[in-house]
Amino acid sequence: MEYVLVVIGCLICSVFAIRARRLLISALWLAGASALVALLLYMLGAPEIAVIELSVGAGLVTVLFVFAINIAGEETFTGPNPISKPLAWILVGIAIVLLGVLVLGPQVSASLSGPLPGFAEVIWKDRVLDVFLQVVLIFAGVLGVLGLLSEAKNPSKEGRDEH
Amino acid sequence: MSINIVTCVIILVLGLLAIGFYALLISRNLIKVVVALQILIKGAMVALVLAGNISGKVNEGQSLALTVIVADTIVAVIGLSLAVQVRRNFGTLDLKALTTLRR
Repeated sequence: MEYVLVVIGCLICSVFAIRARRLLISALWLAGASALVALLLYMLGAPEIAVIELSVGAGLVTVLFVFAINIAGEETFTGPNPISKPLAWILVGIAIVLLGVLVLGPQVSASLSGPLPGFAEVIWKDRVLDVFLQVVLIFAGVLGVLGLLSEAKNPSKEGRDEH
Repeated sequence: MSINIVTCVIILVLGLLAIGFYALLISRNLIKVVVALQILIKGAMVALVLAGNISGKVNEGQSLALTVIVADTIVAVIGLSLAVQVRRNFGTLDLKALTTLRR
């Protein structure tokens, strides 16, 4: 029963994150969806990832969204969308039907032998390449933050440089 | 783990992917596109943890989901900084107005 509630809450938060007209409200609904996903991950027996998702997904990313929205400002658009809504619904339907056929097809049966390795053992021994990838990604994120925090060009200074 | 829980979580995964994909197709605001990507990636992350849970390798699924969370955060950071710079240089966040890639 609690799974159903969390799933429905998460879907509702996601829908409102998309439908909200103001970007700030959209970011707050997204934070709610992240928190509910973290709760679901905990219920699925993945507490480490649940904590990281709650602090990073619902915390850090929301702060980044609020910061970026404050800098960029709210903007509402009128006029038709580049892709019409019926076409978007058809494409989403095709994608979900294909994915559903794949996911709900033959189920994988568990084949376990011996004790299971712990989370730290898996990540530091079996998935070392992933750790290096994460380090590279974090450096890319640092460059992204520099782009977010950089000041706008001073036009008068730019004009002086040209002469 | 009963089959009902698995079905319930699979419905969530499919729902999150559908909502994210739909929003990605119809959004005109650059920041809304980043929100749509976040929702899509959350669906993929729940699917990874569920797959680990079903196959009995929870920690394997968790380690993959950790990589997805890091990638998800970096996508958000770079997407938002791109949106801020586009707003500064072009004066709009409208994707339709940016199709010419000219000032």
